[in-house]
Amino acid sequence: MTMRRVAIVGAGMTKFVRRAQETGRELAWEAASKALESCEMTIDQIEAVVLGTAPDAFDGVHMKSEWLADGAGGWGKPCLRGYVGGGTGVFSAAQGWYHVASGLFDTCLVVCEEKMSPAQPHPQGAFLTIFDNIIERPLGPNLLWIFALEMNAYMQRYGLRKEDIAQVAVKNKRNAADHPASLLGDRNITLQDILDSEVMAWPVQRLDVSPVTDGSVALVLAADNVARRVTPQPVWIEGVGWNLDTAYWTDRDLSYPTYVEEAARMAYRMAGITEPRQQLHIAEPYDPFDYKELHHLEGLMLFPKGKAPDATALGITQRNGDLPVCPSGGLLGVGNPIAAAGLMKVAELFWQLRGEAGARQVPGNPRRGVAQAWGDLMQVGTVVVLGK
Amino acid sequence: MDQWVYPTTGLHEKDFETGRVLVETWKSKAEYAWDAGIAMGRFLEELRRGRLVGRRCNSCHRVLFPPRMFCEQCFRPTGDWVPLAETGTVITYSLVHVRWDMVRLDQPLVPAVVAIDGASAGMGILHLLGEANPESVKIGLRVQAVWKKPEEREGAITDIRYFKPIS
Amino acid sequence: MGSADTLEHPTEARTWKGNIPVWHRYTAGIAGERFLRTLKDQGKILGARCQSCGVVYVPPRMYCERCLKPLPDGEWKEVGPRGELVSFTRIFLDLDGEPLQSPRWVGLVRLEGASGVLIHYLHLPEGIAPRPGMPVEAVLKPALERRGSILDIEHWKVL
Repeated sequence: MTMRRVAIVGAGMTKFVRRAQETGRELAWEAASKALESCEMTIDQIEAVVLGTAPDAFDGVHMKSEWLADGAGGWGKPCLRGYVGGGTGVFSAAQGWYHVASGLFDTCLVVCEEKMSPAQPHPQGAFLTIFDNIIERPLGPNLLWIFALEMNAYMQRYGLRKEDIAQVAVKNKRNAADHPASLLGDRNITLQDILDSEVMAWPVQRLDVSPVTDGSVALVLAADNVARRVTPQPVWIEGVGWNLDTAYWTDRDLSYPTYVEEAARMAYRMAGITEPRQQLHIAEPYDPFDYKELHHLEGLMLFPKGKAPDATALGITQRNGDLPVCPSGGLLGVGNPIAAAGLMKVAELFWQLRGEAGARQVPGNPRRGVAQAWGDLMQVGTVVVLGK
Repeated sequence: MDQWVYPTTGLHEKDFETGRVLVETWKSKAEYAWDAGIAMGRFLEELRRGRLVGRRCNSCHRVLFPPRMFCEQCFRPTGDWVPLAETGTVITYSLVHVRWDMVRLDQPLVPAVVAIDGASAGMGILHLLGEANPESVKIGLRVQAVWKKPEEREGAITDIRYFKPIS
Repeated sequence: MGSADTLEHPTEARTWKGNIPVWHRYTAGIAGERFLRTLKDQGKILGARCQSCGVVYVPPRMYCERCLKPLPDGEWKEVGPRGELVSFTRIFLDLDGEPLQSPRWVGLVRLEGASGVLIHYLHLPEGIAPRPGMPVEAVLKPALERRGSILDIEHWKVL
């Protein structure tokens, strides 16, 4: 398969906040304008716009991607919305990639936005239709049920304790203390803090969960020849993958994310990765709950099934470890504006591979990284491999 | 990369309470009447009669539960209705203390994914456990449906009140 | 065997009723907050002009949608309250499709100094028919009744 090489040449984002005064459009503009500024490009040099934003029901605006397109520089341009729930953030990078790789466009602006705070009394209300309307909603479920049931299945399958899982929340919230946009970064948080937090749906406790967040992230993508003129350090998108599992979530093996493995295989094949653990130097898996980082690391085939907790306990996934995982601070630390969070991870890899991650910089000149997101009806895996 | 982070304006809940920021509120009237469909329609009718039913794929021979009119793996229409038992096995469970709007519950709920006997392995549904001591709930626990009285049933998943441990 | 089963009992065809139980609380935004506060406190309608593109946005915005440049305070100025009626219609039904008690007119107006149009209720005296180009003026509620909403404008009146 010969396609044009595509690079990320610029990135920008908003601060991730609990409730933004900005409208969704203004959030999109804040990220888009910073991304363009970062590579000294203007909107008229952008040929297409990809917009990622998850349920309309959060912002409470119908067709909200089109509605916020003007803030994302979409006026008068070919625009496309991607919408795979939480998987959107990484999937948008893949969509941007094929806009340029196909030869259709030389440049593409990828913008992901989420404003969850308008949904009252709680954004979870917008999520209730994740459950089957006829045979599940009458039981009065809430979103936490799915996570708790999955987390319990994972823990019991491999004989894990809460401590094995909670260490991820500690790592990520501490990492996030060094992220300028973070909402929940905390340099001093301890394992005991996580274990003492309120039990919401056992085994899920309050500090196992990422917060409701508003925010936006944007990337500028360019084809090979253009990228090299824009920046001396383009970061190449070497592989993309996405996969959808059955929506009958009660029929799935909840202890393993098959959809992540399938998406990873697709991305690794494209990127020529045969030994992911050796050939990837940084991983940004999706971590809306602490156990999901572990779940997803195994789906990404970076650790054997059930073994990600051991690797974490050994410090392998710390920033100065052998395979840093979520050096950004992840969703647990930076925040979780649903569609934008995944793109924050791609942006993190961009900055890390260019040595621009400041206090979060992973040592040793990392050259390749993988970002992954998850969501939809909890059954989509989206993966992107970046390299320099 | 600090300079590429926009200083977004974060608000506090009290900014709304004190009227420091202007707001508009809107309640959409999002009310629906969903067609149950052929498979669900029959499933609900069987529930009203106190029975669980699955559907067999003649290609891969899985007995699918909940029943569906096509097999999503073989991508073919399914074949026969298969009567199932009202017993099953707990695949996973949780102990829930909050509602969806984060209001604390007086009594915790015990939702579970239950694999029903007679369906293919791993074919589960979501339901609640009852008459169960949370300490003794385990993955692998054998359970049995507890039904509403026939005259109280309406053709709904709640015609099963809960699943209780088989003693 | 086809994919459609025939129903054995009429009760097998069912609909299940439900809803999506969310309401929304919208902020006006950085630009919107300033627009509505000025309307409320000073009784003025503001627009924002992009120096590069020459477009004047009403309501004003934080950025120009064409060139994405920010629209700082210096580019904001009062528009109207007079303007020109560009289009109009008469509404007979409410959101649920039920007849309104009394039908009302709605007009799109280009305020003096603005590039685009603003929608609001149109007050037509008895016997006057609307026509494009008609001069109109925004009528505001008295200061004490204004609360920082687009409804602080009562309607357009015909001049």
